Order: sequence, then structure tokens, then C-alpha cells
Amino acid sequence: MSKKRKLKVSMGDQTLRLLTLLMAISVLVLMVWMGWQMFDAARPSIQKFGLGFIIGRVWDPVKEQFGALPFIYGTLVTSLLALLLAAPIGLGVAIFLNEMATSKFRVVVGFFVEMLAAIPSVVYGLWGIFVLAPWLRETVEPGLAKWLGFIPLFQGTPIGFGMLAGGLILAVMILPTIAAISREVMAAVPDMQREAALALGATKWEMIRVAVLPYAKSGIMGGIMLGLGRALGETMAVTMVIGNRPDILLSLFSPAYSMAAVIANEFTEATYDLYLSALVEIGLILFGITLLLNFFARILVWSVARGPKGGNLV
Amino acid sequence: MFEKEREFVKCLLIMILALSLVGCGEQNPNTIVGQEKAESVNLTGAGSSFVYPLLNQQIEEYRKNNSNITINYQSTGSGAGIKQVSEQTIDFGATDGPMTDEQLRAAKGGHLLHIPLTLGAVAVTYNIPNVPKDLKIGPTVLADIFLGKITNWNDQKIATDNPSVSLPDSKITVAHRSDGSGTTYIFSDYLSSISSEWSSTVGKGTSLNWPAGIGGKGNSGVAGIIQQTSGSIGYLELAYAIQNNLSYAMMKNKEGKWVTPSLQTTSAAAAAATIPDDMRVSIVNALGADAYPIAGFAWALVYQDQKDKAKGTALVNFINWAIHDGQALSEGLHYPKLPSNLVSREEGLLKSITFQGQPLMK
Repeated sequence: MSKKRKLKVSMGDQTLRLLTLLMAISVLVLMVWMGWQMFDAARPSIQKFGLGFIIGRVWDPVKEQFGALPFIYGTLVTSLLALLLAAPIGLGVAIFLNEMATSKFRVVVGFFVEMLAAIPSVVYGLWGIFVLAPWLRETVEPGLAKWLGFIPLFQGTPIGFGMLAGGLILAVMILPTIAAISREVMAAVPDMQREAALALGATKWEMIRVAVLPYAKSGIMGGIMLGLGRALGETMAVTMVIGNRPDILLSLFSPAYSMAAVIANEFTEATYDLYLSALVEIGLILFGITLLLNFFARILVWSVARGPKGGNLV
Repeated sequence: MFEKEREFVKCLLIMILALSLVGCGEQNPNTIVGQEKAESVNLTGAGSSFVYPLLNQQIEEYRKNNSNITINYQSTGSGAGIKQVSEQTIDFGATDGPMTDEQLRAAKGGHLLHIPLTLGAVAVTYNIPNVPKDLKIGPTVLADIFLGKITNWNDQKIATDNPSVSLPDSKITVAHRSDGSGTTYIFSDYLSSISSEWSSTVGKGTSLNWPAGIGGKGNSGVAGIIQQTSGSIGYLELAYAIQNNLSYAMMKNKEGKWVTPSLQTTSAAAAAATIPDDMRVSIVNALGADAYPIAGFAWALVYQDQKDKAKGTALVNFINWAIHDGQALSEGLHYPKLPSNLVSREEGLLKSITFQGQPLMK
């Protein structure tokens, strides 16, 4: 192509490019600016406690002693528990609705699964206090203690409120996200893959396992990571059932505290600067953990997507 | 191209027309013919959620006879109220915990006055099957329960005060506030005054490092935990305990008498207490045969030197009305009335509020 012949780019296209570039940059700028503002506000606390803040276990506003470890522990345990429960169930829902349900059933049940995502967080919290916690305290936790009491996770007095309740509520809240995204990516698998597997004599389950899931692997992982992101930041529902006690205990029956919950609970009454900046520092840590997890999720999805589509499934 | 230009110009004209119509529709409310031309004043306040139900009613009632004064109160919490009034972003604040000397020094508009608006009592509520109201819990027993030292309901220390009650052999679940709250302040103030162990290990404040128990968000969160959990004990504003039909305990006051929390016993605590001139006082464990020991004030925070004459006058007049005629609304909402000897002293405080050196209230 001759260099003298320049491509005539229309004004409209150039404006579009500039506009969308500005939008993309503004998102980046916003995130950096947010991070910077939080860091600035958290400075008194960072200067006083340093790295000891992340491993500190005491949260005492009266004695001006702050440490974030109990909150990090509570957030991670409840989110992990939610993921362990919601990922298989969400995937199961997606597989059933896509591969096995009749179309009427699929539409109705699919609609209700997605409605779960529309229920406000506070309503989940109220349901947690008045339905879930009593049920856990009266039925589930004594049952777990009786049959699985040798595992330290299921020891201790059942009070209903605690990490188990928090994990369960989060599981219900992230289920629709995982199910919806898994359904989408599984629906995008070409029918030819399915037909090929069936033609080779695969059973239904083998067909799903060999032809559909490997193809949809990266998308499903992306959906799970999205769900994890929601679980990490969920505030109201968690604070209403987790017991709000900054302790680090092994048993799932015991109360705990999450980062988002402590910020929501104590922000308005943080009467002195160090207290306020300690809370902002917790927000900064949550921000950082979320970014880190998303980063690792991206790498995971990328490495999985590079693998073969179809055929061997590990 | 011609067609597109025509369409574009048409759209533009319609938009201009619509906007100008909207602009014409707005009228300045102060110049509507027929209405009295009183100067309208806008006051903003924020702070304690405890006073919100009463203050809201008082504001509405006051507006009926003073339609030119609009008062907007937001219940954001005592801490936020203190912060905002110090920064002068609101006209007045409200708090259940008095400001410390350090906070008063940090206030940007000068000297802040604490003017009691109402009283509150903290009821120790419990849910024990087959145990009705009026369980007697002594001061050291209460401290030990909340310190986590007494863990079972049939403990000897509780039984000694309640010989006629059959207490079950079940674990005590302690419930407290997870959010910062003036109720927590009053409760921990009481525990600090009757237990040196509490005072040294936990202390008093709106948010504490609780030795035992689970946290509920707001008075309603704690009420929810107590209603749902058999064998639980917690503390609530008296109004909540009454409205939710929860059982609450009798406390032993300073004179050794067992007292049930009520509007009368709370007012008795305020009447008997020695109140300093700046009114920043704790009235827990007050003297007086009928005084309920876990009580406290809720104050309005007002700058002594007002910067705006109209706003200052409106504020002073409103608070003056609230502590006199406005008290008629208290009992209906389960708030105790301010004792009359205190109200006359508060008038003195209100008269000291000035604008450019001139007192605003005659």
C-alpha cells in the first residue's frame, strides 16, 4: 500500500474513538483515585500500626487498639464456604436447565433462579434472623454436631448466628450469578460437539462431561469468580446473621465478623480520627483483597481457556 | 442529508420549548399571593437515633403553628452528629453520649452547649422460657454475665436474688449492639461505675471490645436476637423493650432498692442527680429511692455564639418549645419527661445563646 494514499477517517469515527477512550481511561482513573483517597484517609492508622494491623487480633475502640485479622478471617471463611456450596449447586442448576429440562420448565425455573438475585440484601438478612438462624440452631447444627462432631469445624454450642449462617446466606445470594453465567456459556457450546459425543456412544452425563463442560470451563470459572467477588463485599445480609464478634475460632458454629460488616456498623459512630482511619484501612484491605482475587481469577481463566476444548477433562 | 438536518432542528426546537415551559412552571413560594410574608427559615440537624422518634414528632407539631420554620433532622448516629456540628455543616446536633473535652476543643464554631432534650432508660431484656418479667439482676451479677464469667442461668449468684424463680439449666447467650450507639454508652457507663473489672478491661464508649456475646445491628437487631434465642440476655432502649413485649429485669439502684425501668423511675434518676452547669453529666447509678440506675440524657448540641440571626432565633425558640410544651408528646412515645427543676435551668442555658453579643431569647 502506498504511503501517500491516506485512509480518510470520518470525523464521526474519530470522535467515537476519543469518547470511548475517555470512558475507558476514566474508569481506570476512578479506581486509582479511589485507592489513593482511601490510602490517604487511612494514613494515621497505617502510620501507627504498620503491618501489625493485618495480623493484629484486637479491635478495641475504647483503648484505641485496632487489628484487622478477625475481619479478614471472617470474610474469607464465609466467602469460601459460600463458594463451596454455591458452585456445585449453581453448576448443577445450569446443567439441568440447559441439558435436561423441558422448555416450559426451563423458562419457569430459570426465571425464579434469576429472581433470587433481585431480592434485596436486607430482606435476606431478615429471613436469616427469623428463619435461617433458628432452623440452624434447633435442627441443623445439633445434627451436624451429633454426626460430624469429631471434626473441629462442627464443635461448640449452637447459637444459630455465626459463620455457618453467614456462609449459607451468601451461598443463596451468589447462586443465581453462578447459575446464570454457567447457563450462558454452556448454551454457547455448539450442538455439533454434543452430537459428536452422543454419536460415539456417550451417555448423557459423559456427553456433558466430555463435550460441554470443557468447552465452557473458562466461562464457568469466570462466573464463579464473579460470585466470589459479590460474596466478599456483601454487607447487610452478612452482618445480620454472622454474630458480629471479632474472634478467630475454628468452629463454623461460632460467631465472626466480616470487613464490610464492621465498616457498616461502626462508621457513623467513629468519633475520633484514628478510629475512622482504622475503618478506612479495613476498607482498603478489602479493596486490595478483591483486586488480588480478581487478578488471580483472570490468570486462572486465561490459563484454562488456553487448554484444549473438549476431549480430556481432568 | 437534508432530511436529517430538518429532523435535527425540529428536535432541538421541541427541546427548547419544553425546557422553557418547565422554567415558567416554577414559582417562588414566598411570593404566592394570599400567603403571609413570613421569613422562611431552614434548620438542619443530625445525630442520635434514639431521640429521632420524639424529635420528629415535636418538629411536626411545632410546624403546625410555625409554618415558616422547616427543621430537617436526620438520625445518623450520635458520633456523626458530633462530627457534623463540629464541622458546622449542620445547625444543631443531638447525642446520647456527652462530648469529651477534646471534642469540645475541636469544635470549629466556638463553644458548644449541651441542652438535654429528653431522657432514656436502658432495659436489660431477656428471653428465658417460663420466666416472666421482673427477674432481679444485681449489679455485680450483671457485670459478670456481660464479662462472660457467669455462663449458665441456674448459677448460684442469679438464684440468690431470685429465690422464687425456677431458673433452667441452660447457657446464657449475651446479645449486644454491633453498631456504635448511645445506648451502649449509657449501659457501659453503668457497668464501669459498678464494676472495677469492667472499667479496666472494657471501659465505656459507643463501641466496645465486648468480652462475650454476639452483636446485633441496631436496637431492632438486638431485639431480634433476643426474641429468637431462648436463654438470651441483652440491653435495649426501654421503648423498644415495651413495644416488642420483651421481658426486662429489675435492677438494684444505689440505695439498694429493686427498681423496674419505667418512665417514672427514669425521671426520678434525673431529678435526684446533681447536674453541673454545662449539663454534661452521667446519671447512671443515681441517688434516689425510685431512681432507675441505667439512665441517661440525650442532648441537643447548639453553638453559644450563633452566626445567623434568623436561624439562631428559630433554633432557640424551637428548643424552648420542645422542653416545655413539646414534652406533652413524650409519654405517648415512651419517653420520660424532663424534670421541671432541670427545665428551668435549661432556660438559663438558652438565654445565654447570643448573636453578635445580643441574647436571642427574651
